[in-house]
Formats: sequence, C-alpha cells, structure tokens
Amino acid sequence: MDYHLNHLRELESESIFILREVAAQFENPVLMFSGGKDSILMVYLAQKAFYPARIPFPLLHVDTGHNFKETIEYRDAMVERIGARLIVGSVQEAIDKGMVTEEKGFNASRNSLQTVALLEALEQGKYDAALGGARRDEEKARAKERFFSHRDEFGQWDPKNQRPELWNLFNGKKQFGEHFRIFPISNWTELDVWQYLAMEKVELPSLYFAHKRKVFERDGTLLADSEFIPKKPHEEVKEMMVRCRTIGDVTCTGVWQSNATTIEGIIEEVATTRMTERGGRTDDKRSETSMEDRKKTGYF
Amino acid sequence: MDFQSSELLRFTTAGSVDDGKSTLIGRMLYDSKSIYQDQMEAIEASSLRRGESEVNLALLTDGLKSEREQGITIDVAYRYFSTPKRKFIIADTPGHIQYTRNMVTGASTANVALVLIDARNGVVEQTKRHAIIASLLQIPHLVVCINKMDLVDYNETIYENIKEDFEKFAAKLDVKDVHFIPVSALKGDNIVNRSEQTPWYEGPTLMYYLENVHIASDHNFIDSRFPVQYVIRPNTDKFHDYRGYAGRIAGGIMKKGDKVVVLPSGFSSTIKKIDTIEGELEEAFPPQSVTVLLEDDIDVSRGDMIVRENNQPEVGQDLEVMICWFNEKPLQPRGKYGIMHTTQEARCVIKEVRYRMDINTLHRDQEDIQIKMNDIGRIVIRTTKPLFYDAYRKNRITGSIILIDEGTNETVGAGMII
Repeated sequence: MDYHLNHLRELESESIFILREVAAQFENPVLMFSGGKDSILMVYLAQKAFYPARIPFPLLHVDTGHNFKETIEYRDAMVERIGARLIVGSVQEAIDKGMVTEEKGFNASRNSLQTVALLEALEQGKYDAALGGARRDEEKARAKERFFSHRDEFGQWDPKNQRPELWNLFNGKKQFGEHFRIFPISNWTELDVWQYLAMEKVELPSLYFAHKRKVFERDGTLLADSEFIPKKPHEEVKEMMVRCRTIGDVTCTGVWQSNATTIEGIIEEVATTRMTERGGRTDDKRSETSMEDRKKTGYF
Repeated sequence: MDFQSSELLRFTTAGSVDDGKSTLIGRMLYDSKSIYQDQMEAIEASSLRRGESEVNLALLTDGLKSEREQGITIDVAYRYFSTPKRKFIIADTPGHIQYTRNMVTGASTANVALVLIDARNGVVEQTKRHAIIASLLQIPHLVVCINKMDLVDYNETIYENIKEDFEKFAAKLDVKDVHFIPVSALKGDNIVNRSEQTPWYEGPTLMYYLENVHIASDHNFIDSRFPVQYVIRPNTDKFHDYRGYAGRIAGGIMKKGDKVVVLPSGFSSTIKKIDTIEGELEEAFPPQSVTVLLEDDIDVSRGDMIVRENNQPEVGQDLEVMICWFNEKPLQPRGKYGIMHTTQEARCVIKEVRYRMDINTLHRDQEDIQIKMNDIGRIVIRTTKPLFYDAYRKNRITGSIILIDEGTNETVGAGMII
C-alpha cells in the first residue's frame, strides 16, 4: 500500500482539521456564507468534518440586497438540504437604521458597507469565531493572513502584529469582546477549489457556468445588466455568453465571456487563463492596497 | 484526471535582504506561468511609479503597504504555484526583521528548505543561521541555491568553494539531505530552464529538484499516534449511540482491529471502525483527518491520545525543550505560561534555562542565559498535567509545543521536545 495523499486530499484534511479545531476551541462560531464557490466548499468540508452529526454552527449571510437571484435560490435550497441554521445580516437594514450612508454615483457599491452589517451581525449573535472562505492566493494582503486571525474589540486586523502559527498548533485564546476570523481554506488556490469540486461532484449555482446574459462594459470589465447599477448614456447592453468567476454583489462582480458550460470546461479555463479571478472585482481596483485597507477595519 | 495524482510540497525560503530571494520566487512563478497578466500589469505600473528601471518581481510577494513602502518583507507570505507533477506552497520568510520568528514559523511545516547564497559573498552569518534553523526544525531536505552566478561570470571554482565551505559548516548540523544548485534568479539560469552558462553543472534545475525530491516518507509511519481533537456525538435516532473520536493522524498507520490504549486513562480497547462521510476505511495514515470508533464504551475526550498497545509515547510532566522566543518580553525564568501540545492544553512553569544558543555559531552560552526575542535556548519546563509526547526528531507533531502568555494570550514561544 502506498501511503500518500494527493494534494487535494491533503488540503481537505488540513481544512477539516481547522474546522474541528474551531468547534473545539470556540464557544459560539459562525460560518460566513456568501453563496460563492469558496463558501460552498467550506460548507461541504464542514459536513465531512462533523459527519454523521450536523454542522455544529450556523451559517451567516451578509446580504447586500443587491444579489443575483440565483445565489439566494441556491442558498435556500442548500440550507434546507443539510438542515443548517441560517442567519441573514442585512446591509439594507444598516442603511435604513442610519448606521451607514450609501455610496452614490455610477460605481456605487455596497461592498464596503458589508463590513458594518457583518460586525453588527457578529456582535448581535455574540459570535467568537467567524469562519470565512478567503484564500491566500486571491489577493496580496490575504497572502499574509493566518488561519486563526485575531481581531480586536473593534474587529480590526493588525497585519504587523499577528500571532505566529506553527505545526498543527492554533492559538485561539482571546480577551472578552474580541473575536477570531478563521480561514480553513487558506492554502487552496482557485484551481484547487475547482478540481476538488469536480472530483467530489458538488452541485454549484448556475451562475458559474456559461449562460446567456444581458451585460455591458465599464472600464474594461463586463458587468451584468441590473436595476442596481445605473448605466451611463453610452453604455450599451448586449447579450453574451458569460459566467462568473467569483460571486459577490451584483454591483461589483464582473462576468467573463466564456463557453465553459461544464465543470471540466471551467477547470480548463482556469488552468489556462492569464487573469486572476479578482481581476473582475471593481472593489479591489480602487487602490493598490484597497483589500488591506478594508481588512484592517474588519472586512473579511 | 491527472491532477488526482499530484503531490503537495511545502517549502520555505530564506535569504538576506539582497540575496534576491523575492526575485527568485518571482522568477519561479513567472517561468512556471503562475503569474497572471493583471498581476504583472499591476507590478509593472508600481515599478514604474517607484522609478525602477526593470520590473520588480519582489512586488509580487511583498503585499502589505508598509512592506512596499520600505521595500522589505515583514511577515511570512504564502505563495502558490503548480506544475503538472506537484502543487507547491512557498512560505516566504524575511531574512532580517524578526528572522527567527518568521523562519521558524515557515520551517515548521516545510518539506524542503531553500537557502540562498550570494555568489559574490559566499557563506555569511545569515546563511549559517538559516541552515541551523532548518536543522533544528528538522526540515527533511535542504537545497542551497548559489545565486547571482551571472555576477561572477558563472565561475565554477567560485561555486565549488562556496559549496565546500557550506558542507564543512553543515557537518556540524543535523541535516541529512543537502543539494547545491548554481543559479541566477535575475537571468533565470537553472531555475526552470537549464542554463547554457553553466555547462560544468550536471545536476537538476531548481524546478526539477522541487518536482522530484522524494517526500513520501517525510511523515512518521511507524509510531501510531492519534490525538483526539473533538468528540462527535450526533444524538439523532439513526446514530443514537454513535461516539466518534475525530482527529488527524499524527503518526503511524491505524488499522481496524488494532489493539489500542487510550492515554491518560490507560484503558485498552480495539479500533472498531475508521469512519468518514464516504464510508469506512480499513486503515488510515498521516496526515489524514478521520473519525475513530472504539469497541468499548470508555471515557475519551479532547486532549486524550489513542496509541498502539505495544508502541506508546513518553508520558511526563518534566520536559527538556529547545525554545524559540517570539516576544518582546523575554522568557521569564520561574515564569508560568499556557502550553499547547497536540490537542492538549495545560500550564507550565519554566524551571531552568540550560543555555542560550548563538544561532550564528552554535555556541552554547551558559553565562548570559536571558532568552530574548528571536533567541533560541534549551530550557526545562514542568507542566500541570502529563503530556504524551515523542522527541521532536522522531515526530514533528507529537514533539512540538507552543507557549502562550497568560496575560496577553499571545503565542510567545515555540518549542521542540528533546
């Protein structure tokens, strides 16, 4: 017998270890679920980690109110299927309560407002650990992130003063009022995620596969035509075969021209593409360090 | 699908500020086509803004604002690339600020340590320090890249002299597998493609080495160790009496039917089932995460360890440890700290500091024994309850600990049990 794991099984085992460590070390964890492939992977791994028991923490969706309807349909069906508890944190509510002011103009996005709704939801639920599907390969500030990432009482991240992480030993100790962000799939790349989802035949939202959609172009990025994005006069809507590489809020998620209608097609496309997946995220393009800046204040 | 047979290799890089470490990583990512067009465009634009004449590949790895401002790497950065044979995780550690802390962190999980030497300077203090840390942390393989060969006219004698110097020094260390490669990260010689400038070098390129070095036996497959991480009790009608012990195998092969002992209780039982969501496994090995069920209904909880009856770890409260210190506040002799070991937590007291090691010379200082930030020393600790451990040399998982400041909760030290 050959005792070695392939790279996907090794990553799987590492992530399951982290998920179990969270259940053991924290009193009240929550899994941040966005409806994207990374959080779908997280829920899938959590099912494996705790089988045959149910996932021992609820899912939290921070709803910007500007969703693709496919995301919500998928979310609700999945929650029903696995018997999970779903909590929704609403950006609309935060706006209505006057906690935040909505951005104006053509590139307005509720992306940065998510932070406020997220911190509010974490505080209300008294969650001491929030599991997220962020990966280190996604973005240069995330490359410096720990598996167990400490946040102070304001939810802030201090990248220069992070706890060292060695071997299999994860220190989740904290003062009252502080919490942790936990990233079990830190070491996965976009390609790993797709290869794994294909290997395991995981069901995915239709948005990831090439489909006909009304889109328009802005600053070199294709955006879905939606009531939430005001168009400039010259911006022309046309129908194209596109798919999403990441799924976020409609207002900042670029779509890509693609003919990949199967998961094998997607793997092929990801393996040969010359653009990063967040290349279509207008929220990252605001400045060179926009991710780091947002993360320091509590974005995930 | 061919990706299903690809292995994962973790390696750590270390180098001083100007050894060209970031350039080397940038080169590997670039030549293996792991850099995306938009990333390349972004760093081209930044390089131009900073008034640099060539594209600065270091900007790929230096992600934080303060790193870019100061042109240095502050924290361990993780980078990923893959070839059809393997997927690689690079723990890129800075060579200067908090070098011990970051190097030790990166080294703790690495299969391979990549040490860079500037061909113009030869073996310097930092080279030695990196090799010592690789040896202390028991990284199984060491690859020494003698870089900037282009600046010494690809001179074979220079390469051979440096190699000899390093070998002489490494003889004092506990490193088993050392390999040397002459490279130029800037020009791309012997990184991914063979260089025409070094006809005298007959070994592999760096990439070939990383793709082929034998890592399958880097785990301990002899001594069965299963630290219990979490107890799974579904309490549903279908799984009414299910009591599964979840954990990641830290050593050895565990088989259904094995006679086992649970520590610390000492109760014996038999492995009834090794469970996963896909079904039962006949056997499991490191680093798999599984759920183990026992024949007998005995009390087992997190922090306990399931081991084979005829092969048990050390059990004790008095440990000899090599400690790396991470905190601005020095190690306090007689001080009390929290300790984490496998899935166990306890408290401990520092009973004695035996010596502080000069990590540039290996000299053991028994006079000045204050262990400050980035120091390494040998200490004796006593824990509040027994730990089940192996020597770090035998098993990196059951032989490692971290110390935690009980006031601030910071991880202040990392230790290897002797």
